[in-house]
Amino acid sequence: MLEGPSGSGKSTLLQLLGGVLLPQRGDVRILGQSWSALSAAQRDLRRADHVGFIFQQFNLVPYLSALENVLLPCRFSVPRRQAAESGGGLVDEARRLLAALGLGAKDIQLRRAARLSVGQQQRVAAARALIGRPSLVLADEPTSALDADNRDAFLELLFSEARSANTAIVLVSHDANLRPHFERHLTLEGGLC
Amino acid sequence: MLMRSLLTLAWSSLGSRRFVALLTVACIGLGSAVLIVVEQIRMEAREAFTRSVSGVDLIVGPRGGSVELLMGVVFRTGTPGRGMTFESYRQIAALPGVTWALPVSFGDSHHGYPVMGTDASYFKHFRYGRSQPLAFAAGSPFSDIFDAVIGAEVAERLGYQLNQQIALEHGLEAAMDAEHSHQDKPFRIVGILQRTGTAVDRTVHVSLAGIEAMHADWLDGRPPDAFDKLSAEEARLVVKAPERISAMLVALDQRAAALFMQARLGNWPAEPLSAVMPGPALLELWEIVGVAENVLRGMSWCVITVVLVGMLTVLWSGLEGRRHEMAVLRAVGARPRHIFLLIIGEALLLTLGGVVVGILLAASTLSALDSTLVQRYGLSLSAAFTGSTIVPLFAGMLAAGLLAGLLPAMRCYRRALSDGLSPETGG
Repeated sequence: MLEGPSGSGKSTLLQLLGGVLLPQRGDVRILGQSWSALSAAQRDLRRADHVGFIFQQFNLVPYLSALENVLLPCRFSVPRRQAAESGGGLVDEARRLLAALGLGAKDIQLRRAARLSVGQQQRVAAARALIGRPSLVLADEPTSALDADNRDAFLELLFSEARSANTAIVLVSHDANLRPHFERHLTLEGGLC
Repeated sequence: MLMRSLLTLAWSSLGSRRFVALLTVACIGLGSAVLIVVEQIRMEAREAFTRSVSGVDLIVGPRGGSVELLMGVVFRTGTPGRGMTFESYRQIAALPGVTWALPVSFGDSHHGYPVMGTDASYFKHFRYGRSQPLAFAAGSPFSDIFDAVIGAEVAERLGYQLNQQIALEHGLEAAMDAEHSHQDKPFRIVGILQRTGTAVDRTVHVSLAGIEAMHADWLDGRPPDAFDKLSAEEARLVVKAPERISAMLVALDQRAAALFMQARLGNWPAEPLSAVMPGPALLELWEIVGVAENVLRGMSWCVITVVLVGMLTVLWSGLEGRRHEMAVLRAVGARPRHIFLLIIGEALLLTLGGVVVGILLAASTLSALDSTLVQRYGLSLSAAFTGSTIVPLFAGMLAAGLLAGLLPAMRCYRRALSDGLSPETGG
């Protein structure tokens, strides 16, 4: 967990980890591979294959169903599609993830994302970040739009799925209440830049 | 696989903006329908012009514009004018070098279809298209004074059968009153011609004697009063050779002699005549029509341009509201080129839908127009609604649609390269 007040550079650090931004000095390595050594296109590809994202809100493509949103990463990454298919069918895997995150009802899975509640949207986003077992999930304040009960339930589901998929989670938040859920936490003080 | 999911994505995205998408498709549809209809009429008109008469070397009529003479005789649209004397016709027909000559006489009609008086050998000599002779679908050429041979369009549209009696009307418009009708001297249908795709299809052919008999009791173009009226049988007895005819068709032994003959007839001593060579005259006429046609064509391309600019505007203005959608797609692994293809795909789907709508719209418009054009000008449209018009148009429109999609797609592509992934920036 990355903790710190607003403006302390948490999100920037997350973007560095995801290879969205490149460091001016130093080096960021994911799975032993430096982002700086890759071209923009290679970074895009590697990110698609290995990193899942969860944002604070507006995670979903509004005109697609929950199920279609979960399947999106498999459309753009062959390794993730293969990983998702290995446990059965692609759609079955997406349904299983949604069900594990408490969205088992068929009508909810087929509902357009724009018509889901915020809590449901965040769980769909989590399922989408986890599908195809990426090595890393980067979550930027994923719980700030949720109330306390929903928040804890969400994190528990997220962690249990991540554990079974062998996925590491880096979560950014200013909310110290989340601390007990994590094995490690870092606090950023002051500005980085 | 990826292309298919991108197209599906584009489809769903358009589905979420259904109203604007449908409007755009309707606009493109209207635009391309205009283009197709104009193109089709243009090609058909040219076709009809070139196939309307064949094997006639000269059309001879009263002195005046060659276009009027041509329109009157070939397309049977013009008013008859003062015509020429039958005596001149006889002398010209007897000139050395003349293979055959046919008198034609206009001035009456039947339900808006022109009545043409001529000689029975018309059916033997007249040629259209690539020297195709006239053929009878039923019956035979006229032999009696009150016999009539009708074109395919007349027969079909009015549902006429052989041996049916019909009443002709004086003048080129349908008669307003009984006085101007020739109903007292009905004609019997003895022949129905096969369809030619020319003005012949909408002509009622009768003998010159028939024309004379109809007007036997008329004086100076005025209908007779009750006392002077002649019955059909009485008219039969008094009918004599016509004094005047509208024009004549001439075929020569040698085509090359046409120019010489034209000059000779232009200086006809008995009366002022002019002779027209149908080929060059048709070209002359075509050039006049051609100007209007090019203007029309230019305008329909303007319409298409406006429509595509409209689509560009729709796509472009939609982009701002879709920033976060694009960012989400980037975050789930879409590369900038996928975003590019997505936008292009949307433009393609809109154009494709529009062109399909346009073709359907054009087809229904053309078939609606068809009956009017066949009746008035012998132009048949829907029959020749072929790939040669549609395919280049289809390809052209799709290319133009792609081009219109290129600009917003490029913008998205650039932004996808430079922007971060976080959707909050656009949210």
